[in-house]
Amino acid sequence: MFIRRPFYFSDERFRSPFHELERMRQDMDRLMQGYGGRLFRPPTAGVFPLVNLTEDKDGYFVRAELPGVKADALDISATGNTLSIGGERKIAQEGETVRYHRREREAGTFSRIISLPGEVDADKINAELKDGILTIQIPKAEKAKPKQISVK
Amino acid sequence: MADTSGKELQAKQKTEVNTPAEQTTPGAVFSPAVDIFETEKDIQLLADLPGVKSNDLKIDLRDNVLTLSGEVAPFEGSDENDIFIEYEVGKYYRQFTLSEEIDQEKIEAELKDGVLRLTLPKAEKAVPKKIAIKVA
Repeated sequence: MFIRRPFYFSDERFRSPFHELERMRQDMDRLMQGYGGRLFRPPTAGVFPLVNLTEDKDGYFVRAELPGVKADALDISATGNTLSIGGERKIAQEGETVRYHRREREAGTFSRIISLPGEVDADKINAELKDGILTIQIPKAEKAKPKQISVK
Repeated sequence: MADTSGKELQAKQKTEVNTPAEQTTPGAVFSPAVDIFETEKDIQLLADLPGVKSNDLKIDLRDNVLTLSGEVAPFEGSDENDIFIEYEVGKYYRQFTLSEEIDQEKIEAELKDGVLRLTLPKAEKAVPKKIAIKVA
């Protein structure tokens, strides 16, 4: 019996409709490499400072780049599962007679609230500012930690 | 100078750059924000290099081209999982062409709290001389 296959093409190029899409995607990737980096930036909340939030089994880590900010100009507090980071970045005046060629660094105040995905032990939060990077270690609350279950 | 107190800082992504020579190790390369100013005696440069340690920073001045490059060691623990990532960590690289003669012997660099202060003293002949005008 003769079976008609309406979507069968003997030509290799039409093997799959996704084949063509895949080829286009590869072309795009090549184009972007030439462009000089990733076109897609990480999504942000648009609030200074930009933070990275990571976790391990014992706690969360909040990191932010704060070059030139002094530890005593920072104000970090935690309530429930929200963490707030506030402070000021000061740039000292460089004398009256200097002539600027470039000014790109900015000074000003900032404040940001980050909500953490789980319950935390607010008493044991530890913050460190080193080489312009702020690292806040936030231990998870005992009941929020994953429990190891042994199989008998 | 503008009064900066009370101004709110805006979130800004770092500027990614291409280095003249291709990198051998993968990872993003960023251009640090700088302030450059000139006094009578020297040129000073301030650069934001968060996460760069003093032995990972290279400062090079040759043929009037100043090159700053800084490596950042990853500080995340190996068993950490990302929840959200707003900024990327990478190297820093920037070059400047200096128009002034610099006294190479007396260059000073200080890295503190992630900010580099580079003092480039002008060579003797580049220091402006006050020219006295004689009254005839």
